[in-house]
Amino acid sequence: MTHQHEGDDHDHDHAHPHAEIGEGRPGYYDIMETAVRELLIEKKLIGADEIRRQIEVLDSRSPALGAKVVARAWTDPAFRARLLANGRAACEELGISFYDDTQLIVIENTDKVHNLIVCTLCSCYPRPVLGLPPDWYKAKPYRARAVVEPRAVLAEFGTIIPDDVEVRVHDSTAMVRYLVLPRRPAGTEHFSEEELAALVTRDTMIGVVPATVDITGAAP
Amino acid sequence: MDGTSKSAGPLSGVVFALGEKAIFKAGDRVRVSTRSPIGHYRVPTYLRGKIGSVEKAIEPAGIDNEEEGYGRNAGSKRHYYRVAFRMSEIWPDYAGSERDGLHIEVFETWLERAER
Repeated sequence: MTHQHEGDDHDHDHAHPHAEIGEGRPGYYDIMETAVRELLIEKKLIGADEIRRQIEVLDSRSPALGAKVVARAWTDPAFRARLLANGRAACEELGISFYDDTQLIVIENTDKVHNLIVCTLCSCYPRPVLGLPPDWYKAKPYRARAVVEPRAVLAEFGTIIPDDVEVRVHDSTAMVRYLVLPRRPAGTEHFSEEELAALVTRDTMIGVVPATVDITGAAP
Repeated sequence: MDGTSKSAGPLSGVVFALGEKAIFKAGDRVRVSTRSPIGHYRVPTYLRGKIGSVEKAIEPAGIDNEEEGYGRNAGSKRHYYRVAFRMSEIWPDYAGSERDGLHIEVFETWLERAER
């Protein structure tokens, strides 16, 4: 269970709509996963309790954690500096553990640079901080196109990057995970840390949209 | 750190093991190898043969996942690097700004020193 590679995420209850789960015949990979899992348990290499516990670990991680990290960075310059220097250590300060032993690099959006995260190989994602990735992040069109035509992909999310702003795509392919530190929206000077965290959606931390005061249209 | 202590700098005469020190440093130009080995590896095909700049060596060094994929972990830590490429180096007909770039981690075993 050391690696999160990253197949079936549907062992849990959640609110977003799904294409047919629990209907029809299980697919090839469903059957293979079940067979391997049962074999590992039968051979006593892992226990059912360990699997259940790992699902609990994953379910305890969500974009709400990442949003708190971002809001802290917006309000505490010393924390922001530590976060950009060593993302994992700064998150650990807030009690977020890195159960998968990944490093975290936090990259900051500025008026000169816009960052976008992808994993072209599979679906590497800062799960300790954000939880499970969205389905589109794992789908081949996003993974292939984000490194070829990032500006077109961003435009489809409604994010138009001016030509004089550098687009930096981060392809996470090994042990490192990435988190975008979005720009703090203008007009939020009087916001509390809690109010700021409410502006920080999952998609802002992947880098497909900016953080905005009106978030109604920002995240699905 | 203020230079008043004689013990501040590293001691001389210490020999490091092969692979103990990172070969590349920030600013070095590197080319991604064009090998296509059989096995488990994570260097994307679209970067083979492309030239980029080392941003930094990532610490701590990581277990080489090409070895780990076959259950061989002990002693197979390798240095890996953040490497920056221009999009126009990767995709000759890239449509966006000339400033745009791609950043990725690559293990040392996949990097060769490049001249330009």
